[in-house]
Amino acid sequence: MNGFTLTPVETKPLSFALPVIGAAGGFAGLFVGTAHGSGAMGIAIGAVALILLAYLALVVFGLGQEKVTRWGIFALFVITGFLLAALPGIVLGVLSGLFFSWFIFWIGEGRYRANLAPYLTSGQVLWHYTFRVICGAIFVFLITPILVVMPLSFNAQNFFTFTPEMLRFDPAGYSLKHYQDFFTSSGWQQALRNSLAIAPVATLLSVSFGTLAAIGLSSEHVPFRRAIMAILISPMIVPLIISAAGMYFFYSRIGLQGTYFGVVLAHAALGIPFVIITVTATLVGFDRSLTRAAANMGADPVTTFFRVQMPLILPGVISGGLFAFITSFDEVVVVLFVGSANQQTLPWRMFTGLREQISPTILAVATILVVISIALLTTLEYLRRRSERLRGMSPG
Amino acid sequence: MSDTTQTGPMLAADGTPLKRSLRRALRAQKMRALALIAPLLIFVLLTFIAPIVDMLFRSVENQIVGNTLPMTVEELRDWDAADTPDEQVFRALFFDLFLAAEAKEHTKLGSRLNYEESGISSLFRTSGRDVADIGEVFQDALEEIDPAFEEAQVWAEMMSGGAGAEANTRLLSNQIGRLEQLESSAFNGDIGFVPGAEISEILPNTARAYAAFAGFTYFVDGDVVAEEEPWEAVYAALAVDLEDPATATALASYSGPSADMLRAAAAAELPPIDMKAAMIDSNKDWARPNFWETIQTYSPPYTTGYFLNAVDMEKTPNGIALRSEDERIYGILFKRTMFMSLMITFSCVALGYPIAWLLANLPSRTSNLLMILVLLPFWTSLLVRTSAWKVMLQQQGVINDVLVWLGLVADESRLVMINNQFGTIVAMTHILLPFMILPMYSVMQTIPQTYLRAAKSLGATNWTAFWRVYFPQSVPGIGAGSILVFILAIGYYITPEIVGGTTGTFISNRIAYHISSSLNWGLAAALGTILLAVVLILYWAYDKIVGIDNVKLG
Repeated sequence: MNGFTLTPVETKPLSFALPVIGAAGGFAGLFVGTAHGSGAMGIAIGAVALILLAYLALVVFGLGQEKVTRWGIFALFVITGFLLAALPGIVLGVLSGLFFSWFIFWIGEGRYRANLAPYLTSGQVLWHYTFRVICGAIFVFLITPILVVMPLSFNAQNFFTFTPEMLRFDPAGYSLKHYQDFFTSSGWQQALRNSLAIAPVATLLSVSFGTLAAIGLSSEHVPFRRAIMAILISPMIVPLIISAAGMYFFYSRIGLQGTYFGVVLAHAALGIPFVIITVTATLVGFDRSLTRAAANMGADPVTTFFRVQMPLILPGVISGGLFAFITSFDEVVVVLFVGSANQQTLPWRMFTGLREQISPTILAVATILVVISIALLTTLEYLRRRSERLRGMSPG
Repeated sequence: MSDTTQTGPMLAADGTPLKRSLRRALRAQKMRALALIAPLLIFVLLTFIAPIVDMLFRSVENQIVGNTLPMTVEELRDWDAADTPDEQVFRALFFDLFLAAEAKEHTKLGSRLNYEESGISSLFRTSGRDVADIGEVFQDALEEIDPAFEEAQVWAEMMSGGAGAEANTRLLSNQIGRLEQLESSAFNGDIGFVPGAEISEILPNTARAYAAFAGFTYFVDGDVVAEEEPWEAVYAALAVDLEDPATATALASYSGPSADMLRAAAAAELPPIDMKAAMIDSNKDWARPNFWETIQTYSPPYTTGYFLNAVDMEKTPNGIALRSEDERIYGILFKRTMFMSLMITFSCVALGYPIAWLLANLPSRTSNLLMILVLLPFWTSLLVRTSAWKVMLQQQGVINDVLVWLGLVADESRLVMINNQFGTIVAMTHILLPFMILPMYSVMQTIPQTYLRAAKSLGATNWTAFWRVYFPQSVPGIGAGSILVFILAIGYYITPEIVGGTTGTFISNRIAYHISSSLNWGLAAALGTILLAVVLILYWAYDKIVGIDNVKLG
């Protein structure tokens, strides 16, 4: 991947390559075997088949015909997959075909050494790749749950699991009915409207108050800075259930419990720490002489703020706002206690749906939310880059 | 400042001493900064800190007993808890309970005391129904003596002591104050009745009961006092007053309205007053000293009872003791919360460390790409990830399906991975993993890779180089991530609620249960306070180790 090789590649002896490739084949064969009744048979057939393939590829055809051999191995795996398990088999065949046609040459020709320092012992090389595989497994753990939700949301049945039709890639097994349900059901639409009515207002509150306070906090002469900071950050640290309990008790005392306004205030309080943190971080890189220069040239403080300071810290403000928005949009514990049925938001409805396990409409909503969060993530990344660029340009 | 040095103070351009002018400028800056912070600070104090303080207050507040049964509490103060209390206490209980039943507050008190001693709520419920019947005996007897006792107008006039009589406003405001506490709302205004000073001295119980009745009639029922027939309790109070021979003597020289009627009643034979027998007749549990003990123990306005309950203890006559074995649930729950949060933290360290290392040591193009795989779950809605884990871990879920398809697990013996501790730990490890990776990554980025190479070139093995050189430098990252994950894990509610079943739930699920189902708010507040204390200690530690200003997002 670096474009140059650290260690010259040399063909490995067959006594090394064939057993390794055979072991990999046996490992893959184990799964095919157990799926068809006998694990031991699978291991044996897999190992023998792979050793045979490797011998053919490395010795009989050799490096000169690598491309052709690769396609051959690939086709062989796809056809075997199709014979064993029809359409899903083809998918697995494609994947394992791609892997093994690469793996045979990678091992056989010693290409795995190319990007590593030449002085590494074979044990270290083995550890290097084992470590990569472990990391890969952890990445799979991180990302699979999110990926699994998406195809399931197109389920034609009302199940939370893959149906046989879906696994056969039968079009009848897929449908958009859960999306249709989401967009037509009055309950879900009301929940969406509630979420969209609460989150922006709460965000506006926390961004406007939070930005002002962050600017105040960035001045050097603030008394009790630590104490104030601790209070402002506390909504992020205190467990949500405690915030929810306290707000429920207190807001029902003053008649805010079960009102739209109460939920907005609660969510604004929860979003404030994110605004404070991001905006303060942006202000660290802000050059104060710019405001002084503006004042020097006759701008009043308000003009200075909007024309000089604000454009420079805007990326921080927007990303703080995004955090606040996501906090409110995704929040369920506090709204569950502070809100009433009239303030039922999307996460609330998902939560009750999950508890009572009603329909995969939840998964359709989940997919939509994942798409939204990808969009937000992209925006945030863009803002971060822009902010770095702007900071690079500012003098000092 | 009085600067009288020989050279004189240094002066600013406008002639003021430089020190003062500097200080003034500094003060103006401070003020401006504070003015910018103030709106947010007030906002957070009102919307967030006040609720937390309110919760702390609720965890010790216990005014309901004193507010609902003020006279009983007073009488019980000297009770030695040896035997069923005497008649005086039962009389106080009768009048307190009557008013509470009118205000429909007695059931609330019953359920409050039921948290401490089960069975007590039915006591209050049944007797609350019966108090009217107990008082009716005296009403009937008095109306037998003189039918005028039935007249609302006569009562109002009699108790006000007639036109121009000296008024006893203190008694009235006392009783209204009591009603305010009972109904927890403020009552202001002229109710159109004031008890007379003289009559309230002769008939103290009657005047008190009537004043309470009058206040209740005006403020709660919204009626005119002089048009409503008094409660049965007022008749019972009159009977109590007349029982005392001194009353008859005092009445002999009384000249207010209906004085003759009262004298006739004093002379007549009234049914004997035995509230103790009547109350025990209504519910025999009133004879049990342990219920009375509960009332006595929980009569002060503030109590440690909720906290004791939250740590599986209770108040007994012999002091504070552990609850019986089968009633201890919170100790187990706290231990389980701790254990599972620790497990989640360890799993996050174990899974996060390799990833953070990989991200910190790969070329930045590749690591930025891989970072997306970490940030995507971080940015995905919590409920999406929780529902995903429900989909994955169910018995008919994706993991089980794959295992069955591969033949590793038989179809009939699918693994149970949800609704237990395993499910909660797996799902929450996934949810909190980014919070571990990000701080570790930012620490590891600052460790130069050359250190490892230097160590190896000096002859260290791979392991020694890592353990003695790299690992110690990455410890701050582990510390920061661990505390963050632990703080977040210990207060989690949503995920354990959905994938935790009964054995995989946290203390927060219990708090939520007490708020919304069992309605034992005091206990919920006490559990919350303990949890909050743990979190704040950890937060303080985090601040010491990492510094709050160094929290980074994304």
